[in-house]
Amino acid sequence: MTKSFLKSRELVLGAAILALLLAIASRFPAFIGPSNLANVFNDTAPLIILALGQMAVILTRCIDLSVAANLALTGMVVAMLNTVYPGLPIPVILAISILLGAIMGLANGLLVWKLDIPPIVVTLGTMTIFRGIIFLISDGAWINAHEMSDSFKAFPRAAVLGLPVLSWIAILAVLGFTVLIGRTALGRAFYAVGGNPHAAVYTGINVGRTQCAAFVLSGALAGLTGYLWVARYAVAYVDIAGGFELEVVAACVIGGISIAGGIGSVGGALLGALFLGIVKNALPVINISPFWQLAISGSAIIIAVAFNATSNRSRGRVILKKAEHAQ
Amino acid sequence: MSVSRADETAPVRQVPDRLRSPLQRLLASWEILLLGVAVAVFILNSFASPYFLDPWNLSDATFNFTEKALIAFAMALLIVSGEIDLSVASIIALASTAMGFAVQLGADTPMLVLVGLGVGLLCGAFNGALVTGLGLPSIVVTIGTMSLFRGISYIVLGDKAYTGYPADFAFFGQGYVWWVISFEFVLFALMAVAFGVLLHKTNFGRAVYVIGNNPVGALFSGIRVPRVKFALFLLTGVMSGVAAICLTSRLGATRPSIAFGWELEVVTMVVLGGVNILGGSGTIPGVVIAAFVMGMVTFGFGLLNVPGIVMSIFIGLLLIGVIALPRIARRMLAARRG
Repeated sequence: MTKSFLKSRELVLGAAILALLLAIASRFPAFIGPSNLANVFNDTAPLIILALGQMAVILTRCIDLSVAANLALTGMVVAMLNTVYPGLPIPVILAISILLGAIMGLANGLLVWKLDIPPIVVTLGTMTIFRGIIFLISDGAWINAHEMSDSFKAFPRAAVLGLPVLSWIAILAVLGFTVLIGRTALGRAFYAVGGNPHAAVYTGINVGRTQCAAFVLSGALAGLTGYLWVARYAVAYVDIAGGFELEVVAACVIGGISIAGGIGSVGGALLGALFLGIVKNALPVINISPFWQLAISGSAIIIAVAFNATSNRSRGRVILKKAEHAQ
Repeated sequence: MSVSRADETAPVRQVPDRLRSPLQRLLASWEILLLGVAVAVFILNSFASPYFLDPWNLSDATFNFTEKALIAFAMALLIVSGEIDLSVASIIALASTAMGFAVQLGADTPMLVLVGLGVGLLCGAFNGALVTGLGLPSIVVTIGTMSLFRGISYIVLGDKAYTGYPADFAFFGQGYVWWVISFEFVLFALMAVAFGVLLHKTNFGRAVYVIGNNPVGALFSGIRVPRVKFALFLLTGVMSGVAAICLTSRLGATRPSIAFGWELEVVTMVVLGGVNILGGSGTIPGVVIAAFVMGMVTFGFGLLNVPGIVMSIFIGLLLIGVIALPRIARRMLAARRG
């Protein structure tokens, strides 16, 4: 039952994206040309990567509002490292950014797991703390393109089989997550913890540790994206990706990932991110001011969460004994 | 928070069989503890900077928290009832934009006040309808409306700003009632009393506590839970409108980025005031003292030339710290009791 609902959810979203593309194409056929679509995908890649991490967190009934600040802090740290040690090989930078992001995720996760503090409070707090730390280490200064080494900037743009590395990383992340979520004990534990924490305890799952693992995962992906973001845009400063955490949550909610935990799919997160990415890239094409972006993602969140709730409602109230099985 | 409480099968919180255990007394004295912190901050500040103890400087310092505290009072009730509103800062942006727009149409000051309050009310009604009418989790709804409301401001204003507010409109944010006592401070004091009475002395206030402690039980005891929650969202919206009037009047200009990030400071103020973020407990006097503490700390840092973003680190640490410390203390107490 749940499965058919999810399938239809992705179908609906997929159809909406197709309709959106066709509507744009009817006026601006160049928008759906393969090279432009590849550009749109590449532009949406950071959102896709972060939405996957956020999905793991939301599945376990938590939320991570610190991802954008984590991204910005990691980006600043690797950019500063690059200015000091320009010769640092890319794999080392990648490892540092993933590790750093994971450590920040671990900080969130431990506060949630060990001290039982509501995730929203923890991540609202760490969000400002991470942003503040960027200011402290950079003294509010920008790191500009000419201060970064060429190999540092070139990595996300390097073309492999016609697509930039950034896009390939997003594709790898989607594939990796499909396996992780569907085929590993940890992935199933995410669903179990979010679907019914008490039952999860009785099946031997450590709820807190699973939530902590989700935060670490989300943090690691945010860290990785931090390097890719800074290298791609060739600039690092305190406010990069400001407010991006809301877009990430929006992508998940639009993708049908239930904020109450336990429901959601990799395909949903991917489609939700693509939907937002296409809207964002289409706005300038159809000559609408980019200032509309914020209101559109806000409306999309509200419509999606209302849609989620009405789809869930048809499954009956928990008060009825027989409906409990549908839960 | 609503994310974790969405499950109705979650265990009901433990109700103790006797009152006034040592632990409870410890928690009951949260306001006293906070008052001690406030006094300490005050004394430290007066030693740290020679400019602190000037009456006009102290009066200026109150502007750091009066507008946020106006929202925090309503937010306290909302959080006690188990909901949250993260869109308050965006309501300020939208209400301020609407007032700026009204000025362009030639509105006078009473009209501007009506517009500010009206937009706040409408935004609150929108949040309330989505949460109580459709049964959506308030945290997601208000994350959505947070983008939506400010997004509308951006659509209207873009990179421009509204200025040219009438001269007598400046009274709300810049006027003084008597000597160094500003209008905003008087409003803050009046609202503190009003909300204190509402939460602690009326049936409505008791209903808010009951809902926060046990929404299902509240329903079965005849409390119209959705209606009370809707009223609380309205109240939060209106108070955001009031804050928008004060802030717009004080700044004399509206940009779409006005009051950016205030939702965090308001929530921090409420939590620092001893309100349980999961709902069910908290007091208005606690929030009042928390407002003073945050205002004094911000002002003291300002006098010492600490940049704003460093203060935000402090606020972030404060938010996590005030929730974490009692939990750590409780755990240590429990460990000692064996």
